[in-house]
Amino acid sequence: MKGHLAAKPVKKANSNHFLSDVISISDFSRQTIELVLTQAAKLEKMPREKKAKILQNKLVATLFLEPSTRTRLSFESAAQNLGAKVVSLSEPQTSSLSKGESFSDTIKMANGYADIIVVRHSFDGAARRAAEVCTKPIVNAGDGANQHPSQTLLDLYTIYKEFGKIDGLKIMMAGDLKYGRTVHSLMYALSHFKDVTVYLYSPVGLEMPKYIIEETKNLKIHQTNNLEKFIPNVDIIYATRIQKERFPDELEYQKVKNAYVITNELISKAKKGVKIMHPLPRITEIAQEVDSTPAALYFTQAANGIPVREAILSLLQDVKK
Amino acid sequence: MKKEIRITPIKKGTAIDHLNAGSAYKLLEVLDLKDLTLTLGINVESRKMGRKDIIFIEGRELSQKEMDKIALIGKGATLNIIKNSEIVNKTELSYPQKVEGIMRCINPKCITNAEKITSKFLISKNPLQAQCFYCEIKFGDKEIAEAVKK
Repeated sequence: MKGHLAAKPVKKANSNHFLSDVISISDFSRQTIELVLTQAAKLEKMPREKKAKILQNKLVATLFLEPSTRTRLSFESAAQNLGAKVVSLSEPQTSSLSKGESFSDTIKMANGYADIIVVRHSFDGAARRAAEVCTKPIVNAGDGANQHPSQTLLDLYTIYKEFGKIDGLKIMMAGDLKYGRTVHSLMYALSHFKDVTVYLYSPVGLEMPKYIIEETKNLKIHQTNNLEKFIPNVDIIYATRIQKERFPDELEYQKVKNAYVITNELISKAKKGVKIMHPLPRITEIAQEVDSTPAALYFTQAANGIPVREAILSLLQDVKK
Repeated sequence: MKKEIRITPIKKGTAIDHLNAGSAYKLLEVLDLKDLTLTLGINVESRKMGRKDIIFIEGRELSQKEMDKIALIGKGATLNIIKNSEIVNKTELSYPQKVEGIMRCINPKCITNAEKITSKFLISKNPLQAQCFYCEIKFGDKEIAEAVKK
C-alpha cells in the first residue's frame, strides 16, 4: 500500500459507518468505498491467527443460485480466513427451490440461522429483494446483469494498492463497454474520486451507454474507436472481454470478436509503469506474452478478491438492520 | 357565435382535464371505473394544448394510487372535484416521488417479474424517468405509460 486514504482505519465494524447490506455500487459514497479499501489493507497485513478471530462463532451462508466458481470460492475462503463457519448452496437443483420454493422464502429460511448471507442469483434485483426480507446483512455476489459490487471494490483496491491513490489517474476502459457490467460499475465508483480521466475505447456498436456518461459527469471522459490514440496518456488499461453470450446475432459477434488485442508492442507505446487490468476470464483481448511483463496486473487483481471480500464480511459483522 | 357545448358538465364527481391527447384510452384500461357513468372527450380542442383528452367521472372521487396513475400517464393533467355542478377543488397533478404496486418492471429479468413482489419505483422529473428499486433499470415516459397496470 503506497498511500493514505481519507477515511480513518476501522477500529470496530459499526453499522453507523458502513452499509447494512452490500447490494449495489450505487449505494456507496467515497467514504464507504474507502472504509472497504482501508479495511482490506489492514486485513492483508494482519497475522493469520488474529484474523481468524474476527468472525469466530459466526456463520456465513453462501447461496449461489447461479453457477459461479471464482466468486463463490473467493467469498468462502474470505469467510474461513476470518474464522467463520460456512454453509453453502451451490446447486439449486438439490434445494427446495427445485420444489417450487420462492427465492424470498429461501432467504427467510437462511435468515434464521446465518449471521451474514452471500447471494448470487440470475435475476436482476434479487439481492435487493433479499435485503428487504432479511434481518441479517446481505452481500450481493452478482444479480443477473445488474450489480457485482465486490468486483468493483476489488478493482478499486487493486488500483489503490498499485498507485497509492485513485484521484488524478488516467484510465482507459477497452472492449465491450455496452454490455460490460464491470466497466459500468467502475465508472460510477470512479466518479466519487477527483480529477479522474477515463478514455473509452470500444468497437463500433459496443460503446458505453449514454446515460452512464451523463450520470458520471464528474469524470473527464474521452471516447474513441482508435485504441492507440490515447495509449501514451494512460496509467491503466482496463480490458474487458467481448461477451459472445450478449449478442443476439452470432454474425454480429464474429465481426467484433477479435476487434482488439493488447500486445507487448502496444504496451511499448504507453508510458512507463502502465498497468493492464481485466476482470477475467480473458479470451483473446490480452496476448499471453503480456502475462510475464510488469504491466500485467490481472492475476494480482483476481487475488485481491480475498482481502476485499474479507473486508466486506468483517465490516458487516455487527450490523443491526 | 354561440359556443357549442359538446360535453355536458356533471353535477357531482371528478373531471380529469388536460390529459395528453390519446392518453384517455390507456387510463380507462388501468383505472377501475366499471359501473360508473363516464363522459369522455377525445382529441378535444384546447387553447393550452392544441388537442387534449378529458374524462368526467360521475359520483366518485379518486384514490391516491389512481391519481398517481393519472399523473404518470396523462402528464400535466388537472383534477377537478365537482360538487353541486361547481368545481370546488382544482389540482394540477404532480409526479409522485415514488410509487408502489401500480407499475410492472419493463425488465423481463427483474426479480419482480419472477416472484410475487410489490413493485417499487423511484420517479424523477425533467425528463420523466422511473427507476426500479430492485433491478435499478431506468426508463422514460413512453415506457412508463406502458408499464402502469390495473
